[in-house]
Amino acid sequence: MVAPLPVAADGQGSRMSAGWAVAAAQAVLVAAVAPLLLGFTRAVRARLEGRGGGRIAQPWRDLRKQFRKEPLIPADAGVFFAAAPAVLTATSLMVAAAVPYLSTQNPLASSTDLIVVVGLLLLGTVALALAGLDTGTAFGGMGASREMTIAALVEPTLLLSVFALSTRVGSTNLSAIVAAGTTDQARVFSPASALAAAALAIATLAEAGRLPVDNPATHLELTMVHEAMTLEYSGRDLALVEWASAMRLTILLGLLATVFVPWGVATNLHPVAVALAAALFVAKLCVLSGLLAVAEVFTAKLRLFRVPELLAGSFVLGLLAVITSAVLA
Amino acid sequence: MSGPFHTQLLNLACGLFVLTAVGVLWRRELSALIGLLTVQGVALTGIAALLAVDVGSGEAIAVATGVGILKAVLLPLLLRRVLRRVPEARETAPLVNVSASLLAAAALTLLAYAAARPLVALGPEPTAHAAPVGIAVLLIGFFLATTRRRAISQIIGVLLIDNGIAAVAFLATGGVPLVMELGVSVDLLLAVLVLQVLTTRLQAAFGDTDLDDLRELHDR
Repeated sequence: MVAPLPVAADGQGSRMSAGWAVAAAQAVLVAAVAPLLLGFTRAVRARLEGRGGGRIAQPWRDLRKQFRKEPLIPADAGVFFAAAPAVLTATSLMVAAAVPYLSTQNPLASSTDLIVVVGLLLLGTVALALAGLDTGTAFGGMGASREMTIAALVEPTLLLSVFALSTRVGSTNLSAIVAAGTTDQARVFSPASALAAAALAIATLAEAGRLPVDNPATHLELTMVHEAMTLEYSGRDLALVEWASAMRLTILLGLLATVFVPWGVATNLHPVAVALAAALFVAKLCVLSGLLAVAEVFTAKLRLFRVPELLAGSFVLGLLAVITSAVLA
Repeated sequence: MSGPFHTQLLNLACGLFVLTAVGVLWRRELSALIGLLTVQGVALTGIAALLAVDVGSGEAIAVATGVGILKAVLLPLLLRRVLRRVPEARETAPLVNVSASLLAAAALTLLAYAAARPLVALGPEPTAHAAPVGIAVLLIGFFLATTRRRAISQIIGVLLIDNGIAAVAFLATGGVPLVMELGVSVDLLLAVLVLQVLTTRLQAAFGDTDLDDLRELHDR
């Protein structure tokens, strides 16, 4: 009774440490790839529009430049303004480590419930919106109010679209959903998951502030949402906010890829399998962000008052997905 | 022929069937509505054809062919002719705005699933499980016909109702007799032809096809 215990505990311990290593690798990978992905999206878009465009590593260079500069804090800004960049970056890194991008054997798996992930993302959004209000400028408040309007409509869709997949697994744990997807390939392509994928794609665009909802390349007063909230940031703080926003896009695209096309996600902690999973993950991200860039060439920004129509549409898609997966299949 | 692949195809057709009904509520361009109606006709034909393959009788295959010709070819063609004569491209001011009508569609779908419980309980086959889809489209069609102002949107609402009824008939009974389907189809064709004439007359009298202009038919 006494003798086998240390061995088992030791085996458990090395498994645990390998699991933590994979989780940390995931966070580092997402943090490193996110600006490159942004650069890739911009490069594809520039090429399609017949422009030269910047290099893929340009966002990293911008970040490096901003990290060296001293942040200026407006005289009237309070604690929310100072804390928001750290909160946004921390929540993004936390989600990046917890979602089973590389391996379903994640030590954080027991707590990576879908609701936790959506809640962490929402915490970052709220922190930034409060920071926008905190400066007391007109644009910050306007951006914060718009962001909250959009967030209130997007979060239910995010939850519903993954619920559609969780009904057939019987759990809202993301690791369980992805593990079921890797073992049961036939059920990945069902009407329910097609509907849910469409809903999650629209929710991703809205949450990451991409084109039909928010134009990331403009500082026009009347239309900006995300840029309006970050207008007062400078130096290191701006770099953190921009970096975290890029990570959020990568996290959401990765979620889309991992949940709906779970091929290649390792179900163990073998280094080769994890490395293969990482390569496939980056490849899937490249495909998705390429598609995003192509779609952005052909779409114009929606009027702000038309955005709720789009989001209500994606909510209905998510609801239909839940109904279909609960009743039809 | 009723393996898992067959069931998957049937579910796919049913999913497309509801999705196009929701899409009709979503879009404002009348030409896009007609396109969605065409896709819905194709989905309905798919349901009928899958059931016909399941039953394996010549009559069922004839019914599926007839449904395909009518819903996916003939009716959209007629509607496009109306649209060419009536030069208005968009549903500008529906009585209920688009986001509210999408949420209403979600509620109507839930209502359809709740109301069709006894129908689903009839049998364990996947066809009976899919029957609420038809009722959902029927309710969405009613909603469209009552809340839109343009004549063409209202005709599309009526056609959605008919598609819904046809889908319930196919899914709940596993096939409709040829004579009955022929009667319903000819009836529907006649109704659309009459509505086409009516729309053109409306356009000639008022300059648009806003049905709220028909004040003289109201009770005073």
